[in-house]
Amino acid sequence: MPMFEILDKKELAPHIKWLRVHAPLVARAAKAGQFIILRLHEKGERIPLTLFKWSKDEGYIEIVFQEVGKTTYELGTYEIGDKIMDIVGPLGRPTEIENFGNVVVVSGGVGAPIGYAVARGLKEAGNHLTVIAGFRSKDFVILEDEFSEIADELLITTDDGSYVRKGFTTDVLKEYIEAGNKVDFVFTVGPVIMMKFIADITKKYRIKTVASLNPIMIDGTGMCGACRVRVGGEIKFACVDGPDFDAHQVDFDELIMRLKQYQNEEEVAMKRYLKKGGC
Amino acid sequence: MAKKIKKKRIAVPEQDPYARIHNFNEVSLGYTWELAIEEASRCLQCPYPSPCMKGCPVDVNIPGFIKKILEKDIKGALEIIHATNSLPGITGRVCPQEQQCEMNCIMGKVGDKINIGKLGRFVADEARKQGIYPSTPSVEKKGKKVAVVGSGPAGLTAAADLVKMGYDVTMYEALHEPGGVLIYGIPEFRLPKNIVRYEVKFLKMLGVNVITNVVIGKTFSLYELLNEYDAVFLGTGAGTPKLLNLPGVNLNGIYSANEFLTRINLMKAYKFPEYDTPIRKGKKLAVIGGGNVAIDAARCALRIGYEEVYIIYRRTREYMTAREEEIIHAEEEGVKFMFLVSPVEFLGDENGNVKVIRLIMNELGEPDSSGRRRPIPIPGTEFGLEVDAVVFAIGQKPNKVLYQEVPELKTTEQGTIVVDEKYRTTLKGVFAGGDAVRGEATVVLAMGDGKKAAKAIDEYLSNGYPWPDKIEPAKF
Repeated sequence: MPMFEILDKKELAPHIKWLRVHAPLVARAAKAGQFIILRLHEKGERIPLTLFKWSKDEGYIEIVFQEVGKTTYELGTYEIGDKIMDIVGPLGRPTEIENFGNVVVVSGGVGAPIGYAVARGLKEAGNHLTVIAGFRSKDFVILEDEFSEIADELLITTDDGSYVRKGFTTDVLKEYIEAGNKVDFVFTVGPVIMMKFIADITKKYRIKTVASLNPIMIDGTGMCGACRVRVGGEIKFACVDGPDFDAHQVDFDELIMRLKQYQNEEEVAMKRYLKKGGC
Repeated sequence: MAKKIKKKRIAVPEQDPYARIHNFNEVSLGYTWELAIEEASRCLQCPYPSPCMKGCPVDVNIPGFIKKILEKDIKGALEIIHATNSLPGITGRVCPQEQQCEMNCIMGKVGDKINIGKLGRFVADEARKQGIYPSTPSVEKKGKKVAVVGSGPAGLTAAADLVKMGYDVTMYEALHEPGGVLIYGIPEFRLPKNIVRYEVKFLKMLGVNVITNVVIGKTFSLYELLNEYDAVFLGTGAGTPKLLNLPGVNLNGIYSANEFLTRINLMKAYKFPEYDTPIRKGKKLAVIGGGNVAIDAARCALRIGYEEVYIIYRRTREYMTAREEEIIHAEEEGVKFMFLVSPVEFLGDENGNVKVIRLIMNELGEPDSSGRRRPIPIPGTEFGLEVDAVVFAIGQKPNKVLYQEVPELKTTEQGTIVVDEKYRTTLKGVFAGGDAVRGEATVVLAMGDGKKAAKAIDEYLSNGYPWPDKIEPAKF
């Protein structure tokens, strides 16, 4: 089978797509919390995407992504049988999975796929698993079935209250802790601003918390430093030192600022793509 | 009757500075046949082994190939070079010949030294133009497998030599294109990428299996390679950029040279939005550092449209480690040099974009361990320089991450892999060379390592896999 051929595809929610891709070398080494970098074609950029599921035996990986910029929109147009030019991985350190006791995985939006990968690992390690998954609205809820299969408790929330309940993941986590539930460990992944507020809460309660970061990357092997983040005052490269870091040490504001680095260029690329009738 | 000696070196045609800062085409156009023969005729043809050869890290028979140019025998010239150097199109462009072969040239006593670099390049270019490859005598297969990790100068050379000896060679590259620093680091205008591709193609013709998109330490572990191969060569380079942890260093618009050059060279950001990878544009850019990488970054900046480009160096011009030819090219192109200054802080706007570098003046003190006079900041001399972007080109260190799961592989405090004089690491069957053991050197020194390591690997595999109990660290 040709490398990096798309084997299956689904739209999970508006502009959120799921792909199964033939990538046996990545699949055989993948661990929860790791990511890949892909390049669609000769003129493409390299973008990191987190690993959702994989099968060593069948040689595939699964990724879930949201169409937010030119490259992800273009990837969204790839159909079953199409090939992605380059995929490298698995990259980054795997999430440190151990039996902490009672763990809470807090995911926001398309942080859900990596939240799922890590949650599954934590469950398999014997933890009591609570998942708090936040989404914008009912239409954007993804992976509910997958989460409910592994979680001892699944707490879904929507920003507008159109499904299950209204509120942010921070509200749910706070209520959960204040209700007297014992929490030994929190893993959080999603929008940076959400991770920042989750970290603020758990810091107050002195709960060990790890955040999975998503900065801009190029090579993903520690060569360029585009992904540098400040953790405990030190410069770290998320691609090789992370992507997981102690959430209480991360400078989230700086990460938010750095993620906006190419906002103008991203708009230019997107407009040009749409004008050419890309999708 | 004695021939009249031509004292003057034949000039190499170059693109005009005003034109070339608007394109990424090669600056040096290289010799024509006519000019090459004229320059070649200046060579005194010293007896073997000539002084120039002694300065060559890869032992090229220099008078030999120059003689073949005079005979208009390009294939012959190419084969003489290829006997010891598999990458002539690359070395002819990026070797510091003035510190190597040309330094020893006898002609220097009576006039200009022979332009060995440009003659070597002429041979490679002419052969490529005519589609000539060196003959590849069939070798007896040894039935043993060697993995080469990294496809930069050290890896390419080791792979070429090993495959010529009859080994099955597989070369692994983490990026999507082979070539290492030759592809991501050195800019198109100094080393066109089609030349690197051509040399890699020849390696594939020789039978080297080149696999991209595989990160050793991630996709495969080093242990897995050792299970599958009889020996492993690590030519993983010095790919981790150094940055100064100064206030504001993570502001937007502040790049490592690796990132800046990778965006431009590997990802073709200068063609954005035709290519998808962007790079920050603006009017003023400052590069911090005084080596070849700093010069490359500064000259790239001009070509992507920066109007004022500064090189900020903490010592003086004579201490710069960049090649003289590159410094001159940068000066011709309008790069502004600021000596005896160091950055202390970066200031940004409300959106986190870098706007000002705060600099401090230095004076030179006593020589440091490198033999160069140490810069000492002069209190109270701080001043600001307005910028839209900054590039750190203050050096790289080896990428430790690749081997962090391999405790047996000993590294130095600087992060370089410890090897003995036969390029053996502290892990049996694993050899290493190039910047991964040197820290930071040149393309040709890495090639020399690849060559000598290939020889050491052959010795190891031919003599029943002996390995010393203790590795005596070699000095590089």
